[in-house]
Amino acid sequence: MKSTFSRVLTLLSIVILIGGCSTSSQTGETESAAVTHPLGQASVSDDVSDANILQVAIGSEAHSTLVAAVQAAQIEHVLVNAGPLTVFAPTNDAFAKLPEGTVEDLLKPENKSTLATVLTRHAAPGSFNPDALKKEAQKGRKLYMATGDYLEVTTEGDDVFINGIKVVASIQTSNGIINVIEEVILL
Amino acid sequence: MKSHIKYLTIFTIAVLMAFSCGQTGGTSGALGGDLASRSFVPPGEHDEFYAFISGGFSGQLAIHGLPSGRLFKVIPVFSVDAEKAYGFNEETKPMLETSYGSIPWDDSHHPDLSQTNGEVDGRWCFINANNTPRIARISLSTFETEEIIELPNSAGNHSSSFVTENTEYVVAGTRFGVPFPQRDISIDDYKGNFKGAISFISVDQETGRFNLEFQIMMPGFDYDLAHPGRAASHGWMFFSTYNTEEANTLLEVNASQNDKDFIAAINWKKAEEYIAQGNFTEMPSRYAHNVWDESTQMATSTMKTSVRVLDPEKCPGLVYFLPTPKSPHGCDVDPTGEYIIGSGKLAAAMTAHSFTKMLDAIENEKFDGDAYGIPIINYDDVVAGVVQQAGLGPLHTEFDDKGHGYTTFFISSEVVKWKVGTWEVVDRQPTYYSVGHLMIPGGNSQKPFGKYVVAMNKITKDRYLPTGPELCQSAQLYDISGEKMELLLDFPTVGEPHYAAGCPADLIKPNQMKFYPLEENNHPYATKTEADARVERDGNEVHIYMTTIRSHFAPDNIEGIKVGDKVYFHVTNLEQDYDVPHGISMIGANTSELLIMPGQTETFVWEPKQVGVWPFYCTDFCSALHQEMQGYVRVSPRSSNIGLSWSLDGE
Repeated sequence: MKSTFSRVLTLLSIVILIGGCSTSSQTGETESAAVTHPLGQASVSDDVSDANILQVAIGSEAHSTLVAAVQAAQIEHVLVNAGPLTVFAPTNDAFAKLPEGTVEDLLKPENKSTLATVLTRHAAPGSFNPDALKKEAQKGRKLYMATGDYLEVTTEGDDVFINGIKVVASIQTSNGIINVIEEVILL
Repeated sequence: MKSHIKYLTIFTIAVLMAFSCGQTGGTSGALGGDLASRSFVPPGEHDEFYAFISGGFSGQLAIHGLPSGRLFKVIPVFSVDAEKAYGFNEETKPMLETSYGSIPWDDSHHPDLSQTNGEVDGRWCFINANNTPRIARISLSTFETEEIIELPNSAGNHSSSFVTENTEYVVAGTRFGVPFPQRDISIDDYKGNFKGAISFISVDQETGRFNLEFQIMMPGFDYDLAHPGRAASHGWMFFSTYNTEEANTLLEVNASQNDKDFIAAINWKKAEEYIAQGNFTEMPSRYAHNVWDESTQMATSTMKTSVRVLDPEKCPGLVYFLPTPKSPHGCDVDPTGEYIIGSGKLAAAMTAHSFTKMLDAIENEKFDGDAYGIPIINYDDVVAGVVQQAGLGPLHTEFDDKGHGYTTFFISSEVVKWKVGTWEVVDRQPTYYSVGHLMIPGGNSQKPFGKYVVAMNKITKDRYLPTGPELCQSAQLYDISGEKMELLLDFPTVGEPHYAAGCPADLIKPNQMKFYPLEENNHPYATKTEADARVERDGNEVHIYMTTIRSHFAPDNIEGIKVGDKVYFHVTNLEQDYDVPHGISMIGANTSELLIMPGQTETFVWEPKQVGVWPFYCTDFCSALHQEMQGYVRVSPRSSNIGLSWSLDGE
């Protein structure tokens, strides 16, 4: 009798203590479940500033595969950062040139970090438009990429090449440069 | 049985702990965790209201959010600010010009917001300089000071800067009587010779530009605070006065003799008629008018030389005096415009005058003599009611949207809520400590937002971690949405928070300038592209046309500068991207950094004194390569014949 009474009271005491103090922890559960990953600065809406690298890429039909890949790798925020950043942006045709199934494979959730590495290898800290790249080539300097790789810059007549891939167009954005290429950089 | 008691005791303690666990953490038992959540704005979310809190003796204006109390920005207005180069760069130096020369400081007191049809409209904030009388206008699109006008014939510009209900005027009254015109006379000759000017500054509805339209030269009382009439009383302005004794020494005793001082009721529409009729005197005066031009991004200072003055003795119907007990401080008009509340700071009760009764008394000439030709209305014929025994030392009243007044009491350290019309006290809450003014968003308008009141305290003592003899300035936030006021939050402010204005954030957020469009930059020394960057010499003056963009200056190597040169760095930030300012500072420059917003041009002057090679760098962390954003200037002897040259990456 004695032990039953004490056990019940002890249990009740514990229940009351836990239950009574849990209100503050419950309020934290109202966070939105809709966002699948944090977008960081990419969630900032700004329709008056000059467009940044991500906004320009999203607006380019020829880069829908690249944009999809950036979203799958969840690295949008890198392309809207203050930079400055130079992105060598492969076109949809460039991705299509890869062996069949490569892109589909890379886009699988389990390959997210590989995909991120492949994409990051297309970005260099700093502002390098074709003129700046030519200067790099003249001085025999390699371009340091965000993965830590050094890529060779070469010229041929008026054309400039990164790792042997020709830069076909260049766009100044608010936070850096987009240099359009028609092959994916693979090491 | 004994052990039953033991378990019952444990049970009881558990129950008590469970009930009390939400209330730990506050020194007061009334402060629960639940209250904390009501002033909490979660990370990344916005406050519901802006609060514009005067910086007091810092001379600036602080922007806070409510209900969080978070500080967003301190706008430099009347004092230099090295952080923002205000008063240091060539563009803003003219903003601090006065008829006394450049003044690096003032004491800012009473912010007020522009209105349309008696409601806060989110266009501009105005604030007064108390020491060297001036009024400033701040854009609520850029949050920059755009204009400052000096007030002649005025001293201790305290009864300012209150806005009429369509922002027709910003009105400013003088605290000190001063000789009018200023001259060399004995201080003992105060009575009759010293006057108190009340200034009406018109506001251009398109540009916001000021013009000192006229001054009313009132008797030499001390004009303390003011508020505009609204709705039916629109066209009138009400001013509290003290020292109607016209004492000039030991005012703490000698200005407290009269049983009643006055609230001055000024019919400014009548004033406009007298001006239109030419019934004024054009008085020679000197006062500076400083205007910031967004197009040229430069301020100019113009010295004005005359002002139109109205003499109330010669202008019947212009001014009436409403007797009000014991040195009233606050002079506050309720949202309907019917009641004018005088807070006699030494009085045992607060007086509410009726606008309707006032008009009736004027019409039927229910006067009790006059002061300097200004009719004094019979007290009993204008009083609507009295809030009895509300507290000690009433200072200032604001109103909610449910028919209540909220008055601060300095001596009894409390906010008292009372009912307009019945004058009964409904609630009272202590403040910590010795509260001055208070603010309800939209308080000086027909449409207050009666959700919160901010009380601004004069004494802090033990409320925060101590910081030596000088403690932080403090405000307190109360929830006033219910019958009883509830203290939610203490928060620190800048300088002395004399007074504040507030409004819903939605009135201001949509109008924000994100950056200055480069194509609209008409600064005479703007450099719109890197290709235009250059250095020019004109005798000893050297002008550097420099640009910034992530992450370099152009040019970044300059040679051919000589000791004794006066070197102007005109720096244009080429960015057109929100929140990407660049800064620049030069070793040994006898001035502040520049902090240049996107699309803007700013200038600092450097006078090199030593031969050598001297670096400059970007002071605002602008980008991943910010630390690389730097340059050099080579300084040669005066006799050197090295020509000017400049480069970026060798070009």
